[in-house]
Amino acid sequence: MKWPRTLVFGAALFAIFLFAALISFLWTPYDVEVLNIPAKLKTPNAEFWFGSDHFGRDIFSMIMVGARTSIAVAIVAVGIGIGLGVPLGLWAAANHGSWLDEVIMRGNDLVFAFPSLVIAILITAVFGPSALNAIIAIGIFNIPVFARISRGGALSIWTLDYILSARVAGKNALRISVEHILPNIANLLIVQGTIQFSLGILAEAALSYVGLGAQPPTPSWGRMLADSQTMISFAPHLALFPGFAIVLTVLGLNLMGDGLRDILDPKIRRSRQ
Amino acid sequence: MLRFAATRLISLSLSLLAASVVIFAVIEVIPGDPAAFMLGMNAQEDTIAALREQLGLEGSIFARYFNWITGMLTGDFGTSYTYRVPVTELVLARIWISLPLAMFALILSTLIAFPVGLIAAARRGKPADMGIMATTQLGIAIPNFWFAMLLVVVFAINLRWFSAGGFPGWENGFWPSLKSLTLPAIALALPQASILARIMRSSVLDTLDQDYIRTARAKGLTRRQSITRHALRNAMIPVLTIIGMQFSFLLAGAIIIENIFFLPGLGRLIFQGITQRDLVVVESVVMLLVFAVITVTFLVDIAYAAVDPRLRRRA
Amino acid sequence: MSLLSVKNLTVSIHDTPILKNLSFDMQPSQVFGVVGESGSGKSMTALAMMGLLPGGAEIGGTAMLGGSVDLLNTPEAVMCGIRGNDIGMIFQEPMTALNPVQTIGQQVAETLVIHGQASKSEALKIAREKLNRVGLPADRFPLDRYPHELSGGQRQRVVIALAIALRPKLLIADEPTTALDVTTQAQILDLLRSLVAEEDMALMLITHDLAVVSGIADHVAVMQHGEIVEAGRTDDIFRNMQHPYTKQLLKASGHVPDRTPQTEDIPILEVKNAVRHYVLARTGLFARPPPFRAVSDVSFTLNRGENLGLVGESGCGKSTLTRAILGLEPLQSGEIRLFGEPVSPAMPNALRAGVQVVFQDPYGSFNPRWRVERLVAEPFHLMQTPPTDSQARVDEALESVGMQSSDKRKYIHEFSGGQRQRIAIARALILRPELIVLDEAVSALDVSIRAQILDLLAELSDKLNLSYLFISHDLSVVRAITDRVLVMKSGEIVESGPTNDVFENPQHAYTRELIAATPRLPEGVGGAALT
Repeated sequence: MKWPRTLVFGAALFAIFLFAALISFLWTPYDVEVLNIPAKLKTPNAEFWFGSDHFGRDIFSMIMVGARTSIAVAIVAVGIGIGLGVPLGLWAAANHGSWLDEVIMRGNDLVFAFPSLVIAILITAVFGPSALNAIIAIGIFNIPVFARISRGGALSIWTLDYILSARVAGKNALRISVEHILPNIANLLIVQGTIQFSLGILAEAALSYVGLGAQPPTPSWGRMLADSQTMISFAPHLALFPGFAIVLTVLGLNLMGDGLRDILDPKIRRSRQ
Repeated sequence: MLRFAATRLISLSLSLLAASVVIFAVIEVIPGDPAAFMLGMNAQEDTIAALREQLGLEGSIFARYFNWITGMLTGDFGTSYTYRVPVTELVLARIWISLPLAMFALILSTLIAFPVGLIAAARRGKPADMGIMATTQLGIAIPNFWFAMLLVVVFAINLRWFSAGGFPGWENGFWPSLKSLTLPAIALALPQASILARIMRSSVLDTLDQDYIRTARAKGLTRRQSITRHALRNAMIPVLTIIGMQFSFLLAGAIIIENIFFLPGLGRLIFQGITQRDLVVVESVVMLLVFAVITVTFLVDIAYAAVDPRLRRRA
Repeated sequence: MSLLSVKNLTVSIHDTPILKNLSFDMQPSQVFGVVGESGSGKSMTALAMMGLLPGGAEIGGTAMLGGSVDLLNTPEAVMCGIRGNDIGMIFQEPMTALNPVQTIGQQVAETLVIHGQASKSEALKIAREKLNRVGLPADRFPLDRYPHELSGGQRQRVVIALAIALRPKLLIADEPTTALDVTTQAQILDLLRSLVAEEDMALMLITHDLAVVSGIADHVAVMQHGEIVEAGRTDDIFRNMQHPYTKQLLKASGHVPDRTPQTEDIPILEVKNAVRHYVLARTGLFARPPPFRAVSDVSFTLNRGENLGLVGESGCGKSTLTRAILGLEPLQSGEIRLFGEPVSPAMPNALRAGVQVVFQDPYGSFNPRWRVERLVAEPFHLMQTPPTDSQARVDEALESVGMQSSDKRKYIHEFSGGQRQRIAIARALILRPELIVLDEAVSALDVSIRAQILDLLAELSDKLNLSYLFISHDLSVVRAITDRVLVMKSGEIVESGPTNDVFENPQHAYTRELIAATPRLPEGVGGAALT
């Protein structure tokens, strides 16, 4: 099989940042928590590849550690969405038309009325800001996304004859959901997972930017941008590199999602032939 | 149609009620004693008691919830602890920046996305389509607040076409106010327009695969006529859903973008509320945001029924 | 002069040849039938005439319409003026052929407006006349009805109305009745026949059903693998067919498998006064909708070794009854007994193992992510411990339906429709049940494959002493394979009796209507079609 170019390019792009995040556990060019005021606001040079900020910290090192924060938050948030949303969606689909389905779907609609920023505001107002709150806020918003998509996918499979065959073979709804439905909606979930992953990175950046995400001294791309704002007229590199990091990571994930959809979605595959 | 609207209206009220319970629970029940929470660790017992009385925190949870709800229905959101003025006043002064900003962005995003998405669909696989798809792919990846910062650097600091921030106030003229919302609205709209344009494109393409388009072609309609006369209205059905969802993203985005342009909107109010632990303000603004989102969902449902006759019968 | 003269029509899509050197002529005001099984290229022929082939198609040859226009070599802009004006077309799927957000009046009137033949208000007036003409009178079908408010047959009438709105000289109908019930099919065929006679129009009727063309076409062309293998006047073809494929097709159409019925007088399935109703979707928030009686007071018995047919049109309640018999849905009143034990959703697995099922759709019947061995072995779930020789039994089941044991390592997409139905039968056999429910099990298959599957079913029934409950809308198939038949309408059994008696001497008006509506092959050809 030929891999779509979008998938290869997107995966490569994302892999760069994933690699940077993993390496940052072992090594960064400079320690991101040590201030070095004499070296402040350097433009990019051989010593500081991406320049340094107003405390003299190395931007390149901060981008590496920031990748860690972004990716970790997004992964856990997608995990929450899949871990809770998919069972809820499958459960609703298995009881389609019953009050349970109705309750789950109305609950979904209710969560959709709270954009993740609003959830983060609520949590932060009571518990104070932290990276954990960002994860919870983005994760909660992901639950109805996955619940809805898995319910929709499951409903169309429940009407198929092989489900009836499984019921004739005495299998109950739980077993059917696990053995027959889940493997057949995995494609949908993988594609949606990539999309939510990229949205999670954007959301984490936005929350950190307004101070509701990871707290100092943990570097995060969003807060680096917030810090750069007052210095943007004389030190634009402070704003450019974290911005590029976000754009390229998200772009990589989105291209990956497109490419995965191309190979996994039989509908598209058919129309391409 | 009327019955459809009525049923949706009932479900709108129920959603609002449920949302208010959630907000009330998070803000007023989880922290234990909100008065003690707002005053911090070193507060004196009698100041806490005074604040508790001032906030109306005496009485059962149910009574407090009931008071809060009935207060909001009569336009009374309580009194801000830090500003010492009714929250209604604070909100009213600011909502006329955030809401118009979100609407402005929504209109921009729709105006850009529709033609762009249509062109891409009509030229599927051709260079125009590929160019649009690549640009929108990039547009989706750009965080709106970073894009806003870039816009400020280019158009305010370097080109000096716009001021870098601030808001003259609607009472000091419509056009100057609109102008000061333009850069923020563009920053908000472009990423959303990219998403919408892609949805528009794929929705039109999906519709073009339908049997009734083949029927229309068999009648003698050109490809273009079959798009404008048949595909477009059907393609609007999924697009409307996305427009509805985008409003909530735009409203949330507006709150963030206000920071960059020094716009005295709800965003500034709510972030100050958080830092100063002014729970009354946070609670009220969140409730207002959720109200706006649910109302837009309701309007989208009504628009659905206008587009799709199959929905008018069903409730 | 011919109305349409096609010479050496060749179509290939992405270098795959679809049509090879097709030549035929159509005369004005006559019906030209094109018959073939799936993949024969008959629909592509129609789309080529319309200039609506999918992208990437390469076309060769000529198709002269009225001696002056070559449909294959005309610019798209000119073709738009020809489509709808000189040639009308109707399609197979009436449920999706109409735009759901436009009224039927608008859609019929559009044909006139688009060709500049009438102003909007005139067009609506003419649309009204055309809808009256196709049997949709104004009092029940005002112009502002939407498609979703109409049944399949009514929608197909709307599609016909918009296709004939400008009185085209040629009407192309691609399987126009395949998705419809047999009585509706008869009405639509009557309508088409009268349009040809009265509106001075030629009809190209594309179908898989030999009996349909034999009853309506003046000329017939039989297609196989993108070629016309035989063509001529309908009478001549049916009286004296030359090509082996045509003969085979005809033989398969009326095929009756050899069986030796061995019915014992021991009831294994007893249905007594079964009632099952559904609550319809709510019409309002507080309005309680009336219940819909899908199965109402149904009673019958199925004896060991018997092949019992259940015939009815869509919506008659046969699917609901099937599910109740399989113990998937409860009854509201009455009872079903299998081997004397009560059937319900709570019935023990051991009882479930006594009845298995084969469904209609060879594509939707299998989890695409499982290998055949797992698919066929799924019913072992009903046993407390899976048998130790389960692999051997999978092999045995596959071989008994004419498949190889090596097929079990494959996935289902590697098989054709007929092979899938064989695998479905293997799955039903694996527990060695006494009763198999065949729910439209051969309805989706081409006639030649259908004949093979019917032979297989007959052979298995003789060899394993199986009983079948054979559910179908297709009377000729039920007649070919069952001993006794039940006719179902609106949730009730309106007639029952030995198959031959019911077909030869139907008592109930509905049975007579069904038999009259079923297209039949001409007398004396083929096997025992409906007489």
